Amino acid sequence: MSADTLFRRISDYANRADPYPLYEELREKKVARQEDGSYLVGTYHEIATLLHDPRISSDRRNRTEPDDTLQGADQLPPAFISVDDPEHERLRSLVMRPFGPPHTPQRIDALHGDITRIAEELAGALRNEDSIDLVDDFAFPLPVTVICRLFGVPHDDVPQIHTWADAIVDSLDPAAGEDPAPRRNAALEARSAMGMYLGELAGKRRGHPTDDMLSALVNDESPQERLTQPELMSSMVLLLIAGHETTVNLITNGMLTLLRNPDALERLRNEPALMPGAVEELLRYEPPVQFLPQRTPLADIEVAGVTIPKGAPLILVLASGNRDPLRFPDPDRFEPAREDNQHFGFGSGIHSCFGAPLARIETQIALNTLLRHPGNPRLLEDPPPYRRSPVLRGPRHLPIAYT
Amino acid sequence: MSGNGRDGQDGKDRRDRQGVRDMRDGRIVIVGASLAGLRAAEALRDEGFSGSLTLVGEEPHPPYDRPPLSKQVLLGRVRAQDCGLPARRETDAQWMLGVRATGLDPAGKRVLLGNGDQLPYDRLLIATGTRARPWPDSGEAALDGVFTLRTSDDAGRLAERLESGPRRVLVIGAGFTGSEIASACRERGLEVTVAERGRAPLIGALGATAGAFAATLQRAHGVDLRCEVTVTALRGSGGRLTGAEFSDGSRIDADVAVVALGAVRNTEWLADSGLAAGPRGVACDAGCRAFDMYGIVTDDIFVAGDVARFPHPLFEYQMLALEHWGNAVAQAEVAAHNMVSPATLRRPHLAVPAFWSSQFGLNIKSVGVPTFSDQVVIAQGSPEERRLVAVYGYRGRVTAAVSVNMAKWLDYYRHLIETAAPFPPGPGAADGVAGSEPVPSDVPDPHVLSHGPTVALTGHLPDRRLTLLRPDS
Repeated sequence: MSADTLFRRISDYANRADPYPLYEELREKKVARQEDGSYLVGTYHEIATLLHDPRISSDRRNRTEPDDTLQGADQLPPAFISVDDPEHERLRSLVMRPFGPPHTPQRIDALHGDITRIAEELAGALRNEDSIDLVDDFAFPLPVTVICRLFGVPHDDVPQIHTWADAIVDSLDPAAGEDPAPRRNAALEARSAMGMYLGELAGKRRGHPTDDMLSALVNDESPQERLTQPELMSSMVLLLIAGHETTVNLITNGMLTLLRNPDALERLRNEPALMPGAVEELLRYEPPVQFLPQRTPLADIEVAGVTIPKGAPLILVLASGNRDPLRFPDPDRFEPAREDNQHFGFGSGIHSCFGAPLARIETQIALNTLLRHPGNPRLLEDPPPYRRSPVLRGPRHLPIAYT
Repeated sequence: MSGNGRDGQDGKDRRDRQGVRDMRDGRIVIVGASLAGLRAAEALRDEGFSGSLTLVGEEPHPPYDRPPLSKQVLLGRVRAQDCGLPARRETDAQWMLGVRATGLDPAGKRVLLGNGDQLPYDRLLIATGTRARPWPDSGEAALDGVFTLRTSDDAGRLAERLESGPRRVLVIGAGFTGSEIASACRERGLEVTVAERGRAPLIGALGATAGAFAATLQRAHGVDLRCEVTVTALRGSGGRLTGAEFSDGSRIDADVAVVALGAVRNTEWLADSGLAAGPRGVACDAGCRAFDMYGIVTDDIFVAGDVARFPHPLFEYQMLALEHWGNAVAQAEVAAHNMVSPATLRRPHLAVPAFWSSQFGLNIKSVGVPTFSDQVVIAQGSPEERRLVAVYGYRGRVTAAVSVNMAKWLDYYRHLIETAAPFPPGPGAADGVAGSEPVPSDVPDPHVLSHGPTVALTGHLPDRRLTLLRPDS
C-alpha cells in the first residue's frame, strides 16, 4: 500500500471545522498507512475489534521508535490511560473505588444537585446579555468547577488548575512542521506542578477526612494495596485534565449541533426527558475525543487484509467509526432518538472512559439548562473558531445571540 | 415484457405487504411467563404485532430475575420478592398467572389448561423453561431442611433458613448453582459441605482443568469439598433433616441440605402433542420453529429459552440447550420476530452462548461452549493473580473463552469464536504469561457426538447475520 498524507490533512488546522469528509476517505481505505509509518483505522467494526484486542498496547514505550512525549521525564509514573493490564487494571480499580460502583455507587448521583445549581448560576448570569460566548461563559467554567468540587480543590485555586491543564493539553497535539520541544517542556513543567499541588492537597486530607474523592482516596479502608504517592499524583492529574477538557467540547459541540438542527432543539426544549438519548447521539455525532493516537500492536496484526507490524504507531479514528454507514444507518444525520447507538464517544474495551457517568449527567444538565434560557438562540459565526487540537476537537469560542 | 416483470415485482411486494399485515394480527399465546416469555411479548409489540397476546404462567408471580436468587438473595442483601423483572415496554397482554398448561392440541390449535379451559391460538410460543431436579427419594426430600433452588419462593425459604444460622449446610452438586450456594454460605460464615459426583466442581460446564482451579478455590474458602462421592441417604429425625450418608461410607451432621442436581425441562405437558419434545427439551430449527416428532418443522409453534434445543452452526449444528439468561433474551427476540415475519424476512438465532457467575469473590464469565473443546490455554493473566482468560479450542479453532475477573476482554474472544479463528490464539497479549501452552481441556470429546464442517459467522446486523463454510485448515 502506498503511503498517504491523510493524517497530515486531518491534523491540518484548515480542516478542523469539518474533518468528516476526510474520515469518509479513510473508511474507503479501511486501514491507511501513513508516510511516517503509522496506521490509521476508521471503520467501526475494525476499530471495535482492535479496542478489545489484548495485543494492542496503550503504552508508547512499546513502539519501535518510542515516543515518550510526557512519560518519565517529570518523575511521575505513567497514568493508567497509558499503561496496559495488569498494571492498568490495578491502578484504575484503586482509583475507581472512591468514584463509582461497586464501592461508591452514590458519588456521581450525589453531584446532581451541585451540577444543576452551578449550571443555573452560570446561565442566570447570562440572562440579560444579548450575546454570549458559550465556551468562556458556560461550557468551560461548568466542568472545571464540578471536577474541582469532586476533588475538593479550593475555589481560589481553580484558575491555577486551568493554566496547568491548558499547558498539558497543548502538548498533546501533533503539530506539523513545528519544534515540539517548547510545548513539551511547558507541559512537563505543568504536569509536575499540578502533581505536586494535588499531592500536597491529598497530604492535607490524610487523617482529616472530608467528603471529596481525594480524601476518600487517601483515607478509605481498602483490602487492596494503596496507590503510592507518585501514582496518586499522576492519576489525579490525568482525571483532572480528562474531566475538564473533554466535557467542555461535548457541551459546546452539543449546543452547536442543536443550533444547526433547530427541529431537534425545539423537540428537546419541549421534551427534556429525551436529553439522555440526545447526549448519546452527540457522543456519536461530534465526539469530544476524535481519535486515539497512542495505540501500538505487540504482534503483527492483520486488519481488513493489511498487516500492521508490531511496534508501529496505530491511530484509531473513533469519530470516523461513529459515522460508519455499515454500522449506523444515515450516519451523517443527527438523530436525537437514534436507537441501537453503541458509539465510540467514550471509546470501548478496558480503557473506556473512566469519567463517562459524570460527563453524561454534566452534559444532560448543561444542555437542558441552556435550552430553558429565555429567548431564541442564534449562531453568530458558523463555523465558529476552533481550538487547535484535532484530537480534543471543539470550538474555542461559540458566539451566540439571543433574540 | 418489462411491464410483466414490473407487475411481477409489484405483485410480490403487494403479497409481502399483505403477508406482513396478516402476521401482525391474530392470536398469539405464550406458554411460560418468565424471562423468555416476557421478552418475547415485548419484542412482539416492538415488531408491530397488534393482535391479542396471552401469557400463561404456572407460578403466581409476575416475571422475575433468577440470577440474584443464588447470590444476593442468599446473602440477605435483596429480598426474593424484590427481584421482579423490569418491563421494557407496555405489552397490552392478558396474563394468566398461577395457571398450568397441561396439554397441546396442534391440529385444533389449542392449549389445554389445568383449570379445564382451552386457549385457542394462531401462533404459539413455548417458553416453559426448566424446574429444579428433585431429590430422588420423596420421603427424604420432604424432610424439613431439604431445599431446592429454582423459584423465587425457593430462594425466599432458603435465605430465611440460612439467616437462622444452621450449624452445617450440605450442598449436593457442585455445578454453578451449587457452587454459588456454597459461596453464599461461606460469606455468611456458615459451615458448608459440598458433595460432587465428578472429579471437581464446575466440571460439567468448564472441563476438569478449570474444575481443578475451582476445587482449590472452594477449599481455600473453607468449603468441605468432597468429590467423586454421591449422597446415598439423607437422614432425619422427627421429620427434620439431621445429616447425610455418602457413597464412601462417611457421614456428616447437617441441618440444611440444598439439592443442586441441575434442571429438568418442563416438557411433560407436550407428551401427547406430537412435537419433538422430551427430557432434553423441545427441538426447533435455528429460526425457533418447533419440530414435530417426525422431524418436520411446524410453522405456527415456536420455542425459546431454557426449554429449546436448537442447532448452532458454530458448534457443528449440534442441538444446543442452554440454561443461560442471555440466550433466553436473544432467542425470545428472534422467535418474536419470526412469529410476525414472512419467510423471506426471518432470522436465525446465531447468538454466541454466554453466561456469568459470581462466587468466592470472583466474577466468572463465559462465551462460546467450553465443553465443545479438546484443549484449553491461559491466554491472559494467571491463577496466581486471581485474574485470567482461559481460551478453549477444538481441532485447531477457538470455540470458547472463560474469564475470571477479566470480563471486559471477552468481546475479543467472542469475535474469535464467531470467525472460527485458529487455536491457540497468537501470542502478544500485554498481560499474557510467557510459556503458557495448551493442555487438554478434559471434557468428553465432542468428536464422538457429531461430525461437520467448520462454520464461521459473518455480518454484524441481525438481518445480515450469515454463516459461511470455512475449508478445514
